[in-house]
Amino acid sequence: MPEMKDIILNYIKKEYVEEGDDIEVTYTTPLISGGIVDSFSMVSLKRFLENKYNIQIPDAKATPKAFDSVNNIIELLKEFNVK
Amino acid sequence: MAFQENVREIFKQELNAMRSGGIFKEERIICAPQGSDIEVEFPMGAARKKVINMCANNYLGLSSHPDVVEAARKGLDRRGYGMSSVRFICGTQDIHKELEKKLTEFLGTEDTILFPSCMDANAGVFEAVLTDQDVMIADRLVHASIVDGMRLCKAQQDTYKHSDMGHLEEKLQLHQSARLRLIITDGAFSMDGDLAKLDKIVELAEKYNAMVFLDDSHASGFIGKTGRGTQEHCGVMGKIDIITTTLGKALGGASGGCVSGRREIVEMCRQKARPYLFSNTIPPVVVCGAIRVLELVSATTERRDKLERNTAFWRKGLTEAGLIIKEGETPIVPVMLFNAKLSQDVAKDLYEEGIYAVGFFFPVVPKGQARIRTQLSAAHEKHHLEKALAAFTKVGKKYGILHKTKQEVIDMYGM
Repeated sequence: MPEMKDIILNYIKKEYVEEGDDIEVTYTTPLISGGIVDSFSMVSLKRFLENKYNIQIPDAKATPKAFDSVNNIIELLKEFNVK
Repeated sequence: MAFQENVREIFKQELNAMRSGGIFKEERIICAPQGSDIEVEFPMGAARKKVINMCANNYLGLSSHPDVVEAARKGLDRRGYGMSSVRFICGTQDIHKELEKKLTEFLGTEDTILFPSCMDANAGVFEAVLTDQDVMIADRLVHASIVDGMRLCKAQQDTYKHSDMGHLEEKLQLHQSARLRLIITDGAFSMDGDLAKLDKIVELAEKYNAMVFLDDSHASGFIGKTGRGTQEHCGVMGKIDIITTTLGKALGGASGGCVSGRREIVEMCRQKARPYLFSNTIPPVVVCGAIRVLELVSATTERRDKLERNTAFWRKGLTEAGLIIKEGETPIVPVMLFNAKLSQDVAKDLYEEGIYAVGFFFPVVPKGQARIRTQLSAAHEKHHLEKALAAFTKVGKKYGILHKTKQEVIDMYGM
């Protein structure tokens, strides 16, 4: 079974990287500050995580910083006891 | 006084960060009516320079058209300068109703409501129409005003990859349990100049029982055989549920916007849209000018036909000169330079050559996609475009970017 990190990374690649984009996304790639995920599209990432892991992420926790890389997202999910 | 030195310092630092980050915007002072030949003072205090304007949204060249100016002047005499009221208290004149009726006829919809701007129409419409039981599914490149309007609305938000109909279909399937689904798109996308696949969008909307929202600000008046916009171009007249558009671009270029579409949706806006309820009426002078504009564009397609010819000439000319442009058919023609500094340098040199065009770079466009956005107008004559082409060629040669591939330009200047 793929690790949580890879599930999230694959979702981001599928959802946000356009065909022909010359971008490599890794666990540490800056997503929001790097312009890959704009703060508006971040909503669909939040909803993916909530549905996938059956949690509710309050808006106060869904900050651009918390979503800025796969590693940051993993840290955030730990707060919700998602492993 | 609460604005003490430490408070001032906070703002100064923020502004300085914008300056050092290269994103500080400066106004160029135009010392003439809007048109193809203008006089510009830039930077402030510099000697005025005569330049050809290649960056206005004056697509039909009506911003300073004598008939429009005359109609506006008469409007000033007949209905005064201001109304000192919002629409629903005492700010609705006969001419406001006349303009709404003319827009309804022009766009082929059921009803229309005016807003102070299309920015306001987009800010108000979603919140007025949708609830938290509904979902908005927007193209990722929609205009900033739509993004703001969606943020003000309690409905769920989702996005699809730009013009990716497969992705949109996935999203429509995902949201089948919502009460209402609204697909949201621009008609012509302002940065790339491409058109929405509106026929496919309507097809998907019918298949998945969704409504369609279209912002046709960069299309109304000139896209489509008679200028009715993207909906005419794509053969879906009458099938768009909500159209917003502006009177601030092709349709006279002054100000004002509208929501046009299904009768009940327009009525909901009249009852609930906050920018309509709490902002002043469009001034009579602008209303009368806009009525005349609609008469002009309804009477003949001459101006949009000329714009189409200018666009074809310009796109062909730039391509033959060896510059990389975004393919498309609209009068928005981005010249791709990829590197932010290069886009600024080229714009500066063009200005020296008497051509006024602006470089766009991140965050306005994605990183590595810096460009100069050129916009055609029916007010451009052949000599304007020939001079502009010569300038682009000269400057392109200086930077060694003619007849180069994207990768070669990036290898020279970086992204």
